[in-house]
Amino acid sequence: MTPEQVLMLIDFTYIAAVIGFILSLKWLSSPVTAMRGVLIGEIASAIAVVATLFDARVTEHKWVIIALIIGAGVGVPLGLVKMTAVPQRTALSHAFGALSAALIGIAEYYVAAPNVPRFEMAEIGLEVVIGSLTVTGSLIAAGKLQELKWIPQRPITYKGQNYVSLTVLASAVLLIVALVLHPEHTYLFPIMVGVALVFGVMLVTPIGGADMPTVISLLNSYAGFSASLLGFVLQSKVLVVAGALDGASGFILSVIMCKAMNRSFTNVLFGAFGQVQVAAAGTKEDRVVKSASPEDAANILAAANRVVIVPGYGMAVAQAQHKVRELYDILTKKGIDVRFGIHPVAGRMPGHMNVLLAEADIPYDKLMEMDDINGDLPQTDVALIIGANDVTNPAARTDQSSPIFGMPIIDVDKARTVMVIKRSMAAGFAGIDNPLYYLDHTLMLFGDAKKFVSEIIQNLSNSGGH
Amino acid sequence: MPADFISSLFVFILAAFLGFELIKRVSPLLHTPLMSLTNALDAIVVVAAIIIAGMHETKLSTTLGLIAVAASFSNMVGGFVITDRMLHMFKTGKAKKP
Repeated sequence: MTPEQVLMLIDFTYIAAVIGFILSLKWLSSPVTAMRGVLIGEIASAIAVVATLFDARVTEHKWVIIALIIGAGVGVPLGLVKMTAVPQRTALSHAFGALSAALIGIAEYYVAAPNVPRFEMAEIGLEVVIGSLTVTGSLIAAGKLQELKWIPQRPITYKGQNYVSLTVLASAVLLIVALVLHPEHTYLFPIMVGVALVFGVMLVTPIGGADMPTVISLLNSYAGFSASLLGFVLQSKVLVVAGALDGASGFILSVIMCKAMNRSFTNVLFGAFGQVQVAAAGTKEDRVVKSASPEDAANILAAANRVVIVPGYGMAVAQAQHKVRELYDILTKKGIDVRFGIHPVAGRMPGHMNVLLAEADIPYDKLMEMDDINGDLPQTDVALIIGANDVTNPAARTDQSSPIFGMPIIDVDKARTVMVIKRSMAAGFAGIDNPLYYLDHTLMLFGDAKKFVSEIIQNLSNSGGH
Repeated sequence: MPADFISSLFVFILAAFLGFELIKRVSPLLHTPLMSLTNALDAIVVVAAIIIAGMHETKLSTTLGLIAVAASFSNMVGGFVITDRMLHMFKTGKAKKP
């Protein structure tokens, strides 16, 4: 084959890869076809990678193969992490994706510098800035999710923070403009990269745990769009398409997450949730809560016909999902209808609760979306809340002064009996008091989620065992 | 404005709209695997990394290219492995063994 024919053949494999990517996402629409989707995605990617190794421009194969082996060596363990570690793994993979897009852009620049055509300079500048800020932003997010000691968990805010952040971002943009106008000033390029890296850190440090689902989706979208922009720079359509699909996915997920919290993008990025804490703390009164023992809880559950369990991040923290499965099994065996109500922002990333519960072997047709379960809650005997707080707060529906007013919630208060497993009466992440706990038909089950659920199970099996 | 920019823009717009339509249909049940799958697909930047590393133009471009090869290929491999694992966990009540 002539080199031209080889190049054409490689291009055809890229077209095949793009078809594979599209089918892959199409088949992910349902759990039934999803496995097929992953398979075709794998085949498409493998064909494209192998074909590229035959590209005539690749003259030095040894090191490329070694780098691929190293990549696979890092990738496999990252693919085998525990399900509870999936949010931080995902953040880390956004960092890797953005890192590789940024590095390729930087390499492209230095191969051509200082004779970079203006238009290409603008593309490279934008691509490298978005890629670089996504690298540091994602690393900070991964660190927060992994709860590394040297990365502050609580949102860090200071006066005038937004102005400082915006100034840093503006200077990165100005540096791109300067490089476009004066390409001979190559020293500006590393400064631009540095400023973008700093901005990534500033973007994520003021953001707290409960906003992680939005931030992780947003970083997903940045990583995708930076790859797409790289496709513009390199005139590679397969990158443009793959990046656009990834970017669109991250963008849609961020919109869904924002809607689920009734907040705007700007509010998530520039209005750290930490600030509302002080304002809301003053409204507490001395109201009575009723608490119950595991035995009481077991009796109430045993007498129910319909139970809805609402899990939150607290369930993941307590590693209670397998105990919850045992509870599900024992109640289902008694003929009780048990389903799960999943709020879109429950957990630390989109779909987090579903994955944890599916891992615990709970059939996915029992995992209901918020809108589907809410209509059934008035006919539900017991709503059992495990480690969720703000997503069940009825103040979001009724109290106009509440910082979370307007946020869609799971209407657990409409169930006949509400039981809340909670460590103590401490406020939730947002620092907002939850009126749910003071309702007449609410019982507080104080204790560690895993331990409490085990005790309920013990009581249920003792009474039901005869 | 280079002609290639316009054709890339065409492809980008079409792909982004197609992406919106496809991803809107993904059940929230699968949002976590969706994110890991798109991550693995996005790792196709590895082909650009292979070319820039293999071209051997300057020491710097080769080194950066090789790091990019490793970083994106780890995403490709890891992304597919974890998506596969996650999807294996999603079972219906009927398929569940007693």
